[in-house]
Amino acid sequence: MPTINIKKKYLFKLLGKKIPESVLLDRISMMGTALEGETKDELVIELFPNRPDMLSVEGFARGLSCFMGIRRNPPSYSIKKSGLKVKIDPSVKKVRPFIKCGLVKNVNLKDEAIKSLMQVQEKLHQTHGRKRKRVAIGVHDFDKMKFPLLYKAVPPDSCSFVPLGDRRRLTLEQILKKSQKGQQYAWILEEAKNYPLLVDADENVMSFPPVINGELTAVTEKTRNIFVDVTGTDELAVGQALTIIVTTLADMGGKIYSVRTGNQLTPNLAPSKIPVKLNYVNSLLGLSLKKSALKRLLAKMGLGYNGKNAIIPAYRVDMIHPIDVVEDIAIAYGYENFEPVLPTISTIGEESKSEVFYRHVSEIMAGLGFLETSTFHLASYSDIKTKMNHKISYVEIANSVSSEYYILRPWLLPLQIKILAENKTREFPHRIFEIGTIFLPDAGEETKILERKSIAVAIADKASDFTKIKQVLDVIMSALRVKYSMAESDHPSFIPGRAASVLINGKKAGYIGELSPAVLSNWQLETPVCCMELDIDAIRAIAQKQG
Amino acid sequence: MNTAEIIDGLHAYERKTLSALKDTSNFDEIVSKTGLKEVQVMRAVQWLQNKGLVTIKEELKELVIPDSNGKLYLRQRLPERRFLEAIKEGPLTVSALKSKIKLSDQEVEVCIGILRKKLAIEISKKPKGLEFSITGNGKEILESGSLEEQFLNRLPLEFLSMGREDRFCYDEMKKRSRIVKNEMVKTRTVLLTELGSEIAGYDLTKDNLETLTPEIIKSGSWQFKKFRRYDVKAPVPKIYYGRRHFVNETIDYIKRIWLDLGFKEMEGNLIQSSFWNFDALFTPQDHPARELQDTFFISNPDKAKLSDENLVKRVAKTHENGWTTGSKGWRYHWDPEEARKLVLRTHTTPLSAKTIASLKQEDLPAKFFAVGRCFRNETQDWSHLFEFYQVEGIIVDPNANFKNLIGYLKLFYRKMGYDKVKIRPGYFPYTEMSAEIDVYDKEHGKWMELGGAGIFRPEVVKPLLGRDIPVLAWGLGLSRIISQYYGLNDLRKLHSNDLKELREVRAWLK
Repeated sequence: MPTINIKKKYLFKLLGKKIPESVLLDRISMMGTALEGETKDELVIELFPNRPDMLSVEGFARGLSCFMGIRRNPPSYSIKKSGLKVKIDPSVKKVRPFIKCGLVKNVNLKDEAIKSLMQVQEKLHQTHGRKRKRVAIGVHDFDKMKFPLLYKAVPPDSCSFVPLGDRRRLTLEQILKKSQKGQQYAWILEEAKNYPLLVDADENVMSFPPVINGELTAVTEKTRNIFVDVTGTDELAVGQALTIIVTTLADMGGKIYSVRTGNQLTPNLAPSKIPVKLNYVNSLLGLSLKKSALKRLLAKMGLGYNGKNAIIPAYRVDMIHPIDVVEDIAIAYGYENFEPVLPTISTIGEESKSEVFYRHVSEIMAGLGFLETSTFHLASYSDIKTKMNHKISYVEIANSVSSEYYILRPWLLPLQIKILAENKTREFPHRIFEIGTIFLPDAGEETKILERKSIAVAIADKASDFTKIKQVLDVIMSALRVKYSMAESDHPSFIPGRAASVLINGKKAGYIGELSPAVLSNWQLETPVCCMELDIDAIRAIAQKQG
Repeated sequence: MNTAEIIDGLHAYERKTLSALKDTSNFDEIVSKTGLKEVQVMRAVQWLQNKGLVTIKEELKELVIPDSNGKLYLRQRLPERRFLEAIKEGPLTVSALKSKIKLSDQEVEVCIGILRKKLAIEISKKPKGLEFSITGNGKEILESGSLEEQFLNRLPLEFLSMGREDRFCYDEMKKRSRIVKNEMVKTRTVLLTELGSEIAGYDLTKDNLETLTPEIIKSGSWQFKKFRRYDVKAPVPKIYYGRRHFVNETIDYIKRIWLDLGFKEMEGNLIQSSFWNFDALFTPQDHPARELQDTFFISNPDKAKLSDENLVKRVAKTHENGWTTGSKGWRYHWDPEEARKLVLRTHTTPLSAKTIASLKQEDLPAKFFAVGRCFRNETQDWSHLFEFYQVEGIIVDPNANFKNLIGYLKLFYRKMGYDKVKIRPGYFPYTEMSAEIDVYDKEHGKWMELGGAGIFRPEVVKPLLGRDIPVLAWGLGLSRIISQYYGLNDLRKLHSNDLKELREVRAWLK
């Protein structure tokens, strides 16, 4: 989850007053943000991804100020028309179709403000902008630009300019290869034939989105008038990012001006309305709030209320359903103020039948002196195949961060043998078992994978042999009243002539035997091991049928 | 305990050892005197020490012992003796000598040197080569044995307390190849204490009953004998019991809590389609959680079937424009291919989604729970595992509200032993209200983040159930509670299966 850094002094300046530390920290966590860390001068705040408007220090302070009742009314932003134009060439449709621009004049970027502007851009890029692919933001020194601007797509080698922070004049292609930002974001343009470009009336490059701006319009602490361009692949997200940036700049003292971008007037800061029904709120929250209380609570969240609808400022992009308003009311009411209530409805508890059965079998095993183990479902190729000397098809993971664990176990026994191999220094005999899920490719399933429960049992001991493990099989089956038979098996993990398939109603439901010395050596085991794996669901089907 | 009781408690080994101790304190001698095996005497001595009858002194001593050739010569006798014996009957030449006794050239040379020095032989030159004849000295040596022979026979000797003569022999032997060597040896001396001497003075030959056998019971012979008294305080060898895995014991307890509260258990697959893991839970298709670094995707096979077409349509529309839920939706194009991708479930919530989809009007109100494994694609370390547990619960009830959610959560954590619970706002794409739950860890004096909860969004409930009613839901972490209870400082220990730890871990007692 994204975090932002805030200088305490700057926060208090934005709030208009100093707040005692303990109060501040408590309010931050109850507002729906979290304190991630703290130094003497600075707070690190964790934000939930639904509130990109709080990714700017100004936006965060705006929310906190309302929540703490310092600001009584939700902020409102007026827009003047600038009369400026940004033309959109149809060539951008294929590469980065959307652009929305705005102008904010008379901004004071001194001290913390410019850092805050850089931070909100960066954080919006990472989260809301999906690493600039969905949305990229450029801010420019308005006084260096000649209107109208043109947003177009051009061949990579057709144009060159001095990118921000550089002295060299580079073509678009060179920028992607040679500059640090270029290398970082080249993947977004990987499949593009032409690259998006924002140029001014003199053909000077303002921006090469989503990669980098031109050096010409670089913003410094002294810049007063700021032009904002937001481009992207998702029109809604582009507009939301522009709203968040211009309102942040307005909170730094600026005045917002609209720009005609294509055939739209941007930014559009018109608030939206969401209907709020009092009984909906009260029944969901278990409260009995009146309209007056609603108005007061909504104001704490920076929202207006007209007796019917909540008035939602444009930057509150998370509000898409009346339920979102209900949550804001709950947060304003204070989660800590809801008393716990247990409903009086009566329902009957019921454990899953299969879980009851697995537990019953586990208890039989424990009664026989076996230790239950608990392993991972992810296994390694060498454990389930090579070391067991067995060929078996399996389900594979596409993107495991672990180079070792990328297979979903198709049988359970190897994981038990692994445990024996890791416990050679522990006192013998080793008697272990596990009941767990195995995964088998099966086109008939909705997921094309069959998940079955298996029980694996292993005994490692000087005196372990076929009889020892068959006794365990016998006692389980007779305890559960399940009839079974045995058939000789040539399972490659076992000693020939000492391996068998376990059959229930003539169908294979497991195998049992003495592990072959070759397999034992693969695991570097020096003690004989007898073991079995059974399809516990097949056993269950018979056992539970008898009731 | 009085003397009589002590004597009654003596094991047969102890009795024999005590008797032997009257004559010797040397461990090896005790062994030979009692006729017991070394381990048996060792055990007896240890028991006697526990009872305060003997003290055991262990000393490290440097001993001189026969080396490999030394051992050989002890069997075959020293080469110089064999040399002398060969010429006892009359002089022999070198070649005659060599054919009579088997000595290497080197041994013959050594013998000549030694025997000349002792004036035991005379050497004369003959046409066939050198000829050796025995002297008077030589005969005497054969009669009474050489100093070296006597020395070798007396080994082992303590190196530091050897006399001058022994020292001389030692030095001579040392010059020759591998006849003697020095070795550090632990020697045990067993001394009777005052009480031990007293006990040893009694008649210890009386035969007390050891093991009670069926024969003794049947014959009634026990009536005429005494049972040996056992030392009931003596430690006994460890045995182990079969038992459930501690994680599963904890899970059983948690299941019991929800069952007692009237919840039904849900089950389901660990592999889910993205549809059930994400889309049905209103998680947008470009949500960061769906990216490769967080979620395990299955590559073979890679896509699920989506069998309920109508449900898929409702979910698609809800994502795109809110359908009839009253929501604006995510306002993007929903891609069914993305939804078909198979994943290892990242939470237990798809079980809840599937359960809601299966409910009918007459099933309500209903409460469900599950405790199950979930997966996260990350590198394992002490605080991260790629498999973890979640405790899932839902209450589907037209009359449920946020206060009920808080009520159930607080009750659950109280039963888990946490009295202080903090519920604060959180965020999940599929709940609104969303809450984070912190519990106060008394032991460490700090708050722990333990889980998420909320009320499912109408965008989740309506496409699944057909109408929008409150569904209270939670997905709570378990690993931290378990590791805290069992005092584990590394989450990997939950599944490390060290048999010693599994045998000895404390039981879940709540």
